[in-house]
Amino acid sequence: MISAHLPILQVVVPLIAAPLGLLFRRTPNLAWLLTLVISWLTLAISVALLAQVLTGGPISYELGSWAPPWGIEYRIDILSAFVLLIVSGVGALVILYARQSVEAEIPGDRIYLFYTMYLLALAGLLGIVTTGDAFNLFVFLEISSLSSYVLIALGAERRALTAAFRYLVLGTIGATFYVIGVGLMYQMTGTLNIADLAARLPDVVQTRTMLVAIGFLTVGIGLKLGLFPVHVWLPNAYTYAPSVVTAFLAATATKVAVYVLLRMYYTVFQGHLFAPLPVDEILFVLGILAMLAMSAVAIFQTNAKRLLAYSSVAQIGYMILGISLVTVTGLTAGVLHLFNHALMKAALFLALGCVFLRIRSAKVDDMAGLGKAMPWTMAAFVLGGFSLIGVPLTVGFISKWYLILAALEKDWWWLAAIILISSLLAVIYIWRVVEVAYFRARPAEAPPVTEAPLFMLVPMWALVLANIYFGIDTDLTVGTAARAAQFLMGVGS
Amino acid sequence: MIASIPPGLIMILGAVLVPFLPARVRGAYMLALPILGLWQLLMLDMGSFGQMTLFGYELMHVRVDKLSFIFGVIFYIAAIVGVIYALHTNDKMEQTSATAYMGAAIGAAFAGDLITLFIYWELTAITSVFVVWAGRTQHAYRAGFRYLIVQVTSGVLLLAGAVMHAQETGSFAFDFIGIDSTGGWLILAAFGIKCAFPLLHNWLQDAYPESSPTGTVFLSAFTTKLAVYALARGYPGTEMLIWIGITMTAFPIFYAVIENDLRRVLAYSLNNQLGFMVAGVGIGTELAINGAASHAFAHILYKALLFMSMGAVLHRTGTAKGSELGGLYRTMPWTAGFCIVGSASISAFPLFSGFVTKTMILTAAASEGYLIPYLVLLFASAGVFHHSGIKIPFFAFFAHDSGMRPKEAPANMLVAMFLTAALCIGIGVYPDPLYAILPYEVTYIPYTTEHVISDLQLLMFSALAFAVLQRTGLYPPELRSTVLDFDWSYRRLAPAVVGWAFKDGGQIWAALIGGLQRILRGIIQAVFHLHGPDGVMARTQEIGRSALVITVLLVIFLVAFYV
Repeated sequence: MISAHLPILQVVVPLIAAPLGLLFRRTPNLAWLLTLVISWLTLAISVALLAQVLTGGPISYELGSWAPPWGIEYRIDILSAFVLLIVSGVGALVILYARQSVEAEIPGDRIYLFYTMYLLALAGLLGIVTTGDAFNLFVFLEISSLSSYVLIALGAERRALTAAFRYLVLGTIGATFYVIGVGLMYQMTGTLNIADLAARLPDVVQTRTMLVAIGFLTVGIGLKLGLFPVHVWLPNAYTYAPSVVTAFLAATATKVAVYVLLRMYYTVFQGHLFAPLPVDEILFVLGILAMLAMSAVAIFQTNAKRLLAYSSVAQIGYMILGISLVTVTGLTAGVLHLFNHALMKAALFLALGCVFLRIRSAKVDDMAGLGKAMPWTMAAFVLGGFSLIGVPLTVGFISKWYLILAALEKDWWWLAAIILISSLLAVIYIWRVVEVAYFRARPAEAPPVTEAPLFMLVPMWALVLANIYFGIDTDLTVGTAARAAQFLMGVGS
Repeated sequence: MIASIPPGLIMILGAVLVPFLPARVRGAYMLALPILGLWQLLMLDMGSFGQMTLFGYELMHVRVDKLSFIFGVIFYIAAIVGVIYALHTNDKMEQTSATAYMGAAIGAAFAGDLITLFIYWELTAITSVFVVWAGRTQHAYRAGFRYLIVQVTSGVLLLAGAVMHAQETGSFAFDFIGIDSTGGWLILAAFGIKCAFPLLHNWLQDAYPESSPTGTVFLSAFTTKLAVYALARGYPGTEMLIWIGITMTAFPIFYAVIENDLRRVLAYSLNNQLGFMVAGVGIGTELAINGAASHAFAHILYKALLFMSMGAVLHRTGTAKGSELGGLYRTMPWTAGFCIVGSASISAFPLFSGFVTKTMILTAAASEGYLIPYLVLLFASAGVFHHSGIKIPFFAFFAHDSGMRPKEAPANMLVAMFLTAALCIGIGVYPDPLYAILPYEVTYIPYTTEHVISDLQLLMFSALAFAVLQRTGLYPPELRSTVLDFDWSYRRLAPAVVGWAFKDGGQIWAALIGGLQRILRGIIQAVFHLHGPDGVMARTQEIGRSALVITVLLVIFLVAFYV
């Protein structure tokens, strides 16, 4: 019986549990335990949902038994189930890791706030993915955004506050743009249900109102997903947020925004916007610029968290590039990278979290000699870096492989070359960290450093091993991504 | 169950556990892996398995046929003796990476498609660089770096070539490739780098002698022979390879004669021996391919034996320089004996392994009417005897007495050398088991009067030349010196020329070079200006300006839509 209500439980469980965190103001460990249980419960629900969708096809759930389009519909197809798995999977592992890292980075009297906001953000992100209603999506977008502003502001440095404020302003602009877009669509069709919109929009897609709507939607969602050049909130937010928050947001928030973009383009507009409008061309150019320029920026960074933040913008460029090719292979590559990038960036940021725990810094120069002092942490960083570069037997290779295949399908050799060049840039910036950590001795006056605690190593290594496992056994990831791509493109699955 | 594991995987996965085992168990564990692997390989039936489809292309992970089988067997044997030889060490990094490296090379030899080959190919590169770095000197670190760049380049070329090859032929299958297409050329270049073709060879002499005494033994056996296997699979009968091969046999001789570091001498002679195999692949007849495969088999053993003996010397005395050694036979008689067995084998003395394999290639060259290649190979055979057969044991163990009285090599080293030496002699005396596993049926008979006489003539005259030169003092003395090889031209000459032109050269040169440097610096500066921490791409902008950027992007979208 309960299995019929999984779509709503997916969102409601963390949502209701969030305020409970307030009860544990003085016992942060209990707040952690609560969050841990809830996030693993959501993961279990996601797995069950993916299994249901893989066997039985899309699920539609009527909220409060109000039939759509009057009531809100929750709709889970293969793409949303896949993204749910990413979000809740990373969420569950990160929270296992969080306790010690949070204790070290957030003042004791605010730790309960972290867990409350974390659950809210999780609920918001999961809500965005489950809902089948364009306005309800906005509500969840705001839930996740507002809670992530707080999460970022919890960072130890005062600059975290300005970073959060910047994200607040720009994120709000993004959300507003999204609502404007949705409003215009509502004006033309009289519905907010995504399936209904999809049925009615093709008739009006050529009107000026719709052109403006598409423009607002693209830029608004682009802001949230870190699209170059409107990614400007991202580097500071990732740099100054607590390590756990950075890992969580980098692996989930931008991915969910990419999901929204896909949903709008391929489900609402059913891809009808690409032929008449140069959306894909503009995104294509922006994606390539992101891959090259942001990787170049990453090379010159002195703070490893910031370095990875810019690398994230570059990696989002890969996803945008795949989407903008408007072919099944390209879309497969984009969706696949959604999953793979979440794995690699979560692993890398968690490694930096371990480093921060021990040396209270994420500056590259301060990491001298850590290869010996923290062998497990740095080995995880190296393997995560390999994955980011795209070394064979890691998920990064699989992503790049499909992206290059998509480029070759169009006979665009130069594009394949650009993808390789951008990978080489990744070699440079990852190597900068590796060289300092392994080939430079720790300064004699520096205090001794020990390996990070087991509770942090285990989830981090789980992610690292996932990077390798899914780099070898690609049945689940490539299979699901390919099915999702075929589903989105409307090709028989 | 055991039959469905790809060969090599046991060692690659097994390597993961190596660093966690206590030192006492680790050696036994590392030894068990290749033994288990070899046993599994012998259980395998001929054929292919591990099929999967990648976007419309059929891939076949594992292919067991006679060509891959013989390489698999010798790789496992090399792994076993190599591990025994290294039992006394306690370097987790070297042990882990070497185990994975050997497994990757074995896996590559059984790859049925180019993608699988590429993955193992890169894995050998990445794992082996740690073996180089395990030398733990500044030299080893730098050489490892150069080595890594070269090896990864080879992998990238392979992948690019494989993709083009698949586009042209519609298949990733790793069979005959040939040089009729761009993809074929790229793949040949990739193989050529790993096989140390002339002018592409410097990474070998650069990196191998910088590794630890044990690391070199591992390195010498796999990478280049994997490339020979790949050539034999993809390019048999490609005539160009004959000429490349004979160049490889001839030119390292001169370097080997004047080089002082005895392990580097061996690295040059490794190059020379590869030439025989490459030439065999180029000739491409059944006899020649048999010769190349069997020579690879024998070569791995005696080359490992020579590196082991020099490694033992280095281990005990701390040097492998000819000028500092000498007279060690007094206290290291066993090592000296094993070294002489290796020398006799590499020189192709009758009754040693080199004889029964190398003469196959020579006979193939002669019977196909390749006169010049045949003569060059003959000359090279004499040269091998000269630098590896005589020079190595002579300067290390005899010659003038250096006064050093090191202890005999550790027991495990002696056991490893004994096993390898026994195999060298065994193959030389009774080659039939080796001939039985060659890719093609063998009708060749090594011990005919003609083969033996011509071989002995060659060896005796070569020995005579050495003796005369030594006696008359004409032989290049062993000096502490650096031998300049081709890599000097791009590591020293080119920068020097640029520097000279910049300083004293003509005005035009100076202007040209200066202009180029300015342009390059300008590009880097421009990139830094744009992308550096204070560049427009990375600077934290005011919120107002960020909002402006957002608006501009929106306008761009809207204008583009309306147009």
